[in-house]
Amino acid sequence: MRLQEYQSKSLFAKHGIPIPQGGVAATPKEARRIAQDRGGAVAVKAQVLVGGRGKAGGVRLADTPAEAEEAAAAILGMQVRELPVRQVLVEEAMNIRQEIYLGTAVDRSIGQAVMMASAEGGVDIERVARDNPKAIKRVVIDPFLGLSNSQALALAKVIGLPDEYHHAFDSVARGLYEVFLAYDALLAEINPLVITGEGELMALDGKVVIDDNALFRHPELAQMRDTSEETPAEREARAADLSYVYLGGEIGCVVNGAGLAMATMDVIKFFGGVPANFLDVGGGTRAEQVAAALHLVLGTPGTEAVLLNIFGGITRCDEVARGVVTALEEIDPCAPLVVRLVGTNESRGREILKDSGYRLIVADTLAEAARQVVAVAEGELEM
Amino acid sequence: MAILVDQDTRLLVQGVTGHEGEFHCGQMIAYGTQVVAGVTPGKGGQWACDGQVPVFDTVEEARAATGANASIVYVPAPSAPDAILEAAAAGISLIVCITEGVPVHDMIRISAHFAQKQVILIGPNCPGILSPSKANVGIIPGHIAIPGPVGIVSRSGTLTYEVIHALTSRGIGQSTCVGIGGDPIVGTSFVEILEMFEEDPSTEQVVLIGEIGGNDEERAAQFIAERVTKPVVAFVAGRTAPPGKRMGHAGAIIEGDSGTAMEKIAAFEAVGVRVAEHPGQVPDLMIH
Repeated sequence: MRLQEYQSKSLFAKHGIPIPQGGVAATPKEARRIAQDRGGAVAVKAQVLVGGRGKAGGVRLADTPAEAEEAAAAILGMQVRELPVRQVLVEEAMNIRQEIYLGTAVDRSIGQAVMMASAEGGVDIERVARDNPKAIKRVVIDPFLGLSNSQALALAKVIGLPDEYHHAFDSVARGLYEVFLAYDALLAEINPLVITGEGELMALDGKVVIDDNALFRHPELAQMRDTSEETPAEREARAADLSYVYLGGEIGCVVNGAGLAMATMDVIKFFGGVPANFLDVGGGTRAEQVAAALHLVLGTPGTEAVLLNIFGGITRCDEVARGVVTALEEIDPCAPLVVRLVGTNESRGREILKDSGYRLIVADTLAEAARQVVAVAEGELEM
Repeated sequence: MAILVDQDTRLLVQGVTGHEGEFHCGQMIAYGTQVVAGVTPGKGGQWACDGQVPVFDTVEEARAATGANASIVYVPAPSAPDAILEAAAAGISLIVCITEGVPVHDMIRISAHFAQKQVILIGPNCPGILSPSKANVGIIPGHIAIPGPVGIVSRSGTLTYEVIHALTSRGIGQSTCVGIGGDPIVGTSFVEILEMFEEDPSTEQVVLIGEIGGNDEERAAQFIAERVTKPVVAFVAGRTAPPGKRMGHAGAIIEGDSGTAMEKIAAFEAVGVRVAEHPGQVPDLMIH
């Protein structure tokens, strides 16, 4: 779960990292009031969970409360990468002398947390990593010892931070690792961390991504989830506990298991089709989940045909077949459906489908199923 | 022979009285696996699986009473890290964690701790290990596999079944099938399993099933070039997955340019690994 900038910064502030003063507004009037309370120039920043807001015009400076209101009016309601902006952060404008990158993340190749710093802050850090990897200094953090002073100093030295800032930098780096640890973050990043004209270190922008699997121990964070940016289909999928990504093709997929779901998409492509989505119904699937999944995929505009591919281990094929029948009872007529059921209680599952009287194509292997669903979608095969 | 588990494995089931644990414990016994004990704190002294398995409060007691040498964890995610650490502390040398949804920060601590110990952890979020007709330690449906010379290692669950099924239906049997799990941090990587297959006399060729995200496949390709003499066939899921989209597994996230299917496939092909375009092609690429 990714947090909004203002949410990330509130966690930073709790752990001693200096942030600009400000507030969140959902209307231009509120933005004006915050600017008034602050006095002086402010930055008005779109709060969206995708990158590229700066290029889209989602960050503006305002010298007066009237200008802040105007800026907020322009930003609220604009779209950044198709996501509508519903909130702006209004905060004191900073006099920036230098921009630094500082982040903590999980390095899966070594199974440990790392902290990274670069003198080239403010830009796309992935591009720096690719084009000039030496510009990024990286230290591995021992989970039992935490971030040491010497590691923080090593980071400060590599980014060429003047000596007088080393103490403040140490405190920011420790605060960031505390945030990473305390909230089960997969990523906690300050980009940029700036040196202000007044000689202070300050987190100008922040990004925190929380491990969804750890939300059970952070109920306060689970409440922060911003569902306003989900599409209706994504909301429907999350409510039914389905793992779903819309891709925009013509052939809907319903599969158990993430690896098999990706492989199913690959096979559809191999036989000349374009998958409409990734959908993993999970392990030990119940009939209601299968019905919800089919409902979602069959109801997606542009879907020409659907492939249901289930390899039953914990999941029982008869249970899946009951879900198929339930879905077809609710949405009839619908796009053609190709079903491939293998594994636990396979023959009972097939009987249920046959007895239902619905017209389905039943395939034995994944390759055969994919070939058939592509043919049906192209209109080359009649149901 | 096989790797990791066989007829001599004396298995302990952690979370044996839970819904999942008890069901799969029964399945493993029916397959012929020697399940010698179960552990559920607070239920010591009871019997599970229709009186076939004695239940203990702690792993230490269970090991002392039964000589268990491997453990499988079905404990729910919030308690699974503790169960793994308990098994290791009690001297169990092979731990298989089936549980899905273990927080990454717990795995960071476990992997740092295990770096100092002689213990093998498979998983979490994995289907376990199956050595056909010897032992089934996990949730892979036993009936889809037959004994034979092919070692399988995979990051996926049902996709592994798909490949086993494809091989079996062509009469190609397996020495051991290992699901290492799809999470960002797992106990054992492809490289370690490849090393075991290389040393196992009963394994003649290996099938590796990878997916997008991370660089475990790239490291495997390098290891194959340096150390593996047996033929390897690979399949990498996620050619059609767009960059930056999360595809279910916590592990299957493409980070920047690295970790794409195309990059992994190129890494394998560069070292002579034959790569299948879809799972059904895997049997065609085996050396007959």
